[in-house]
Amino acid sequence: MATLNLLVLVCLSYVVFLFIVAFAADRAARDGRGAWLRSPLVYTLSLSIYCTAWTFYGAVGFAARSGLEFITIYLGPTLVMIGWWWTLRKMVRIGRSQRITSIADMISSRYGKSNLLAVLVTLIAVIGTTPYIALQLQSVTLSFGAFTEIDPTIREIENEQSTAFLVAVGLALFTILFGTRNLDANERHHGVVIAIALEAVVKLFALLAVGVFVVWGLGEGVGHTLGRIDASNIATWDVPGSRWAGLIFLSAAAFLCLPRMFQVMVVENENEGHLRTAAWAFPTYLMLMSLFVIPIAAVGLELLPSGANPDLFVLTLPLMAGQESLAILSFLGGFSSATSMVIVAAIALSTMVSNHIVMPLFLRFTGGTAVVSGDVRHVALLARRLSIAGIVLLGYLYFRLSGGGTALAAIGLVSFAGVAQFLPALWGGLFWRGATRIGALSGLLVGFAIWLYCLFLPSFGPGVILPREVFDEGLLGLSWLRPQALFGTEGMDKVVHAVMWSMLLNTAAFFFVSIFSFPKPLERLQGAQFVNVFDHSRTAGSWTGGLAQSEDLMVMAQRILGSAEAQALFSDVARQQGLSGYLPEPSPDFLQKLERELSGSVGAATAHAMISQIVGRATVSVEDLMAVADETAQIMEYSSRLEAKSNEQARTARQLRVANEKLTKLSVQKDAFLSQVSHELRTPMTSIRAFSEILRDSDGLTATEQEKYSSIIHDESLRLTRLLDDLLDLTVLESGQVMLNSQTGTLSATLDHAISATGGTSKKFQILRESLNEQITLKTDIDRLAQVFINLIANAQKYCDAKSPKLNIQCKMEQDRLVVDFIDNGSGIALEDQVVIFEKFSRIGETKAGGAGLGLAICREIMERLGGSVAYLPGQSGAAFRVVLPKSLCLSEQGPR
Amino acid sequence: MNDDPNRPVFLERRTYRRRRMADAASLLPVLGVALTSIPLLWHGTPENPASTTDVMLYLFGVWVLLVVLSAIVSRTLGNVGTQNRDNDQPKGR
Repeated sequence: MATLNLLVLVCLSYVVFLFIVAFAADRAARDGRGAWLRSPLVYTLSLSIYCTAWTFYGAVGFAARSGLEFITIYLGPTLVMIGWWWTLRKMVRIGRSQRITSIADMISSRYGKSNLLAVLVTLIAVIGTTPYIALQLQSVTLSFGAFTEIDPTIREIENEQSTAFLVAVGLALFTILFGTRNLDANERHHGVVIAIALEAVVKLFALLAVGVFVVWGLGEGVGHTLGRIDASNIATWDVPGSRWAGLIFLSAAAFLCLPRMFQVMVVENENEGHLRTAAWAFPTYLMLMSLFVIPIAAVGLELLPSGANPDLFVLTLPLMAGQESLAILSFLGGFSSATSMVIVAAIALSTMVSNHIVMPLFLRFTGGTAVVSGDVRHVALLARRLSIAGIVLLGYLYFRLSGGGTALAAIGLVSFAGVAQFLPALWGGLFWRGATRIGALSGLLVGFAIWLYCLFLPSFGPGVILPREVFDEGLLGLSWLRPQALFGTEGMDKVVHAVMWSMLLNTAAFFFVSIFSFPKPLERLQGAQFVNVFDHSRTAGSWTGGLAQSEDLMVMAQRILGSAEAQALFSDVARQQGLSGYLPEPSPDFLQKLERELSGSVGAATAHAMISQIVGRATVSVEDLMAVADETAQIMEYSSRLEAKSNEQARTARQLRVANEKLTKLSVQKDAFLSQVSHELRTPMTSIRAFSEILRDSDGLTATEQEKYSSIIHDESLRLTRLLDDLLDLTVLESGQVMLNSQTGTLSATLDHAISATGGTSKKFQILRESLNEQITLKTDIDRLAQVFINLIANAQKYCDAKSPKLNIQCKMEQDRLVVDFIDNGSGIALEDQVVIFEKFSRIGETKAGGAGLGLAICREIMERLGGSVAYLPGQSGAAFRVVLPKSLCLSEQGPR
Repeated sequence: MNDDPNRPVFLERRTYRRRRMADAASLLPVLGVALTSIPLLWHGTPENPASTTDVMLYLFGVWVLLVVLSAIVSRTLGNVGTQNRDNDQPKGR
């Protein structure tokens, strides 16, 4: 009988099943199917990651050791959940309106987007969660061990470390696959959520099944089971009041502050209305999870030998009774609890680590400014993946080093007390506008230090990290500094003692430092935003910027959002502002929108810092201050309207100035062009006249001389004709009388033609192409299109000032259009020239390169006639032009997608 | 913003009901804390101490009660809330 093999098989198939479910859910969400993925039921079930392996196995162990006390761990979250109207609703609303990515982001955003605070919260969260991950690995290992003992075919006990290691690797893999698919943390991880919802069902079902079996199978009915409880050594109700209240408080605080709970509750929340269902459904879930705990503990204590580990009663009771399938189900329940916790905790922590530690460092060390080209999304994703692996690895190391000897419940409570230190800063931030950054920092530091000294370090036992003398005589021999009897409070329960002192001093430091410090304007604004989130749905904190910065913003946005997304965002806004091209006016609204978008990817603090690097400081406008000081609301509102109006006028004035400059420039250009045309016409005319006079008047010219002079006359007249042709061409195009010949040809052939017409690629001027993407058949006026291409290539040849000039031609198919980019490696076109290059007669710089400055104007007219467009694409490595053709002109597309 | 002259003094029945439900929702956790603390007062006599089973049955009873109340409150809040989303926020916190 190979129970263990069967177990491994079941376990592996279960994991494969989870992978498939997660994959299908991700797929469905991406295709826009799967509204059921966003149902309140799935939301409620995903909250159940609160119930980890500690609940599944540890609750029974807890109950077997100290009776009903275990139930405090579920009563706390129940109270929080039924009080959703107070706290959770506010957290979710803020999370959505500010695009919060993690608890660290929440606290940092509230206190003026301070990255220091975010880093501190991240560190505490990592230190507090690592033991908890170790706990999950330990529970899986222990439950495997339980099967090994029963199975007679296994002689030697399997290597426990390797089980834990395999589980850790598998979990890291799953999390990386489904948790870092997209960068934007505000994009929900549908695959992960649906997988943990499924695991929630499995663990509830498994625990209920074991419970039913114990009560009606082993315990012979409800009456007899209650009798057994009365006969066991947990029959009397003698929970100390301090522990009862302390643990309910602790679990409630942890429920709000645990990074993984924040992840599912706030970040993955689809709809605020889901809270209404979760408000009663999640307490029901918790109640069902704890329903059979006491019966299982009592029956286990009675039936199993006295040395048996009570943490494993859920597993050993069915095994003892020979119910192997039930035992395997129970194992799957425990496995589900452990895995779902590790997955979500790793996602939550990795977001925090990468957004608040890795990305700021990376951005600082690569150039120091935000204005560097190159995509950093892969860096962010890589940082997240590495963080996930690192966090799971930390958990594994802790498991190895601690040896896994402590009772499950003890580690869980230590971890809870660590993250509960966020509570004053979090709650104070939600309800008290006077809370300041310095206050939050001091509170967190004090609470964290006390937790470390009184609970975390002593949890390793005397003499391991803290020497025994410190336990007995206090730090530096001061008896009032004994870690488990701070200020002489002897005889208290260790956990209650640490929670009481850390929370008390944490809150006190937070409160008093907040009172005596003065917040910065941004803090006050964010404070008002958070506390009055239901009154102001719009974020304040205006940016002011000038046009010159739009291109820098674009360069930065491309790195973080990806070039296609950033270009779409910018051109959308530009269109809304009534501008053409890719550079919108950097209005406060646009900057805010951009900051919000960026913070979805890299967190609020980093996004704010990056934008302020480019735009300068964020100014707090009168309108924003209204939120801070509502006592003078009416005066403020009046002056804010004036302010808004004057801002608008300033913007209009700037636009007018731009238009005026353009007009002046055009007029200068027109004059220059007229003299240019006269000059261009005169030079050939003069030589034609001179040489024809020579031919007419001089005798005795040799045949070669005659031929030479007449060919000069011929060339010059050709030049005249070309110039006049260009002018005519433009006039015809502009008047709309042009006839288009619809032809069929491939893009690749058109480009080939254009390149050979301009002299082809050579060492002096290299042209790089992606021929695979060019296999697109077009039905349009191919000759005209080739004319555009020739012009763009010839321009690059003329104007590219790089040492070894290169032109990169990239084609790609976007949703409803074909895009052909011509990007050279020169110094590009200055911003003030970008405005006029498509105008007639415009030539950048002096006339050294010849030509009348009609090429781009003709190109623009042609593309408009063809139904497409050509535009200058700012923010690339050199001068870049983008030719866009509507998809309706493409007959087929073999290559790009 | 309580001195807004346009703010109605008396509310339509539906809005009034919703306000009271919001009050109930805020008080529910307080009720929960009170009910779950009551067993701390049960000491019994030295010969016949309070038993785990009694407290367990009591606590699960309280739990069911809280779930039912929470369901009623949340449902009512939701049903009334969806129609007038803009002015359903509690003011003057």
